[in-house]
Amino acid sequence: MIRSEILKEIAPILRPHLVVCNIGLPSQELHMIDDQPTNFYMLGTMGLSSSIGFGLALAQDKTVISIDGDGSVLTNLGTLPTIANNATDNYILMIIDNGSYGSTGDQPTYAGKKTNLTDVARACGCDNVIECRDVDTGKVLQEAIDSKKMTIIVVKCDSGNIKLPVITMDPVVIRDRFMKAVQA
Amino acid sequence: MNIDKKIVDDLVANDVSFVTTVPCKQLAGVIEEVEARDEIFHIPSNKEDEGMGLCAGAFMGGKRPCIIMQNTAIGVTINTLATLIQYYRMPLPMLISYRGELREPVACQVEMAVHTKALLAQMNIPTYHFHTQKDAEEFDMILKYTFMCNKPVAILTDANFWGGYGDQ
Ligand SMILES: Cc1ncc(C[n+]2csc(CCOP(=O)(O)OP(=O)(O)O)c2C)c(N)n1
Ligand SMILES: [Mg+2]
Repeated sequence: MIRSEILKEIAPILRPHLVVCNIGLPSQELHMIDDQPTNFYMLGTMGLSSSIGFGLALAQDKTVISIDGDGSVLTNLGTLPTIANNATDNYILMIIDNGSYGSTGDQPTYAGKKTNLTDVARACGCDNVIECRDVDTGKVLQEAIDSKKMTIIVVKCDSGNIKLPVITMDPVVIRDRFMKAVQA
Repeated sequence: MNIDKKIVDDLVANDVSFVTTVPCKQLAGVIEEVEARDEIFHIPSNKEDEGMGLCAGAFMGGKRPCIIMQNTAIGVTINTLATLIQYYRMPLPMLISYRGELREPVACQVEMAVHTKALLAQMNIPTYHFHTQKDAEEFDMILKYTFMCNKPVAILTDANFWGGYGDQ
């Protein structure tokens, strides 16, 4: 499965929760598949989906799911020790590991080569790290939500993209709508 | 007056309850004070752009954030300031040690000091420079201003403000 197929499958699971979605195609796909006020779309700032979602989880009680990418986690590897050492059980980091920089044309990342992000997350001190196949994403994500334990999920999937439009919503509108959903 | 305590008192009085830090020798005292306060959740970050991501999330979660960092970090955070903090219009007080100014013993620090104000000006970031401890009287107003206008705001604190570098 490619990322867009996974997002389509897990959209109903994501819907009731606060979601911070990675820059580029992941946000465009989620926006197209199931736009919700509870979605925060990143329009730039590669690497910070995990940090934004984690800050949000620390600041309030609702469950927060950061949808991240292997390339973006590699660019902000310092995020994993911070998450591990300040664990909050309303936080889930879901890394869609397609082994490539998908949004820029599927150039290979080191996560698709010798580097294992699951091992990296564990070595950084994260307690509940689950690696799963693309077809099991929905089940694993739902279990992580139900467990009420901070969980890092590494979804191993195929690289590949679909054609779709950019997000034209103004960033301040995205943020304002999202903050109202956080408070609701 | 203990300047570290005064700064953190102002943070608390302005309801700042989420503080991320990357250390600088000059910031050691204020970081210790932040850590000691029950009113503040202190989360050290590994890099300042990561810290700004945490602050953005905390703000959207209803908390008032602050980042404490060295001026060298301006070089690390330009993209994050432009595409996250400014683009989504979020408030972020940045308490910054201004290394490489008068009384600086480490030559390399001057290399970023000469770019610091120019970069902040280029980014249209309101910038305040504390040179003597009296200047910190404005800190409370600067915090109110930051959360009024929803912008990143820089407070540069130089060596003279912190009382030099001791024996170094
Ligand atoms: C600082 C910076 N460098 C490069 C880019 C270009 N860029 C945008 S998305 C992306 C790929 C992200 O890859 P990954 O996190 O694995 O997500 P995927 O698209 O594969 O799901 C890159 C390189 C950028 N936006 N910012
Ligand atoms: Mg990828």
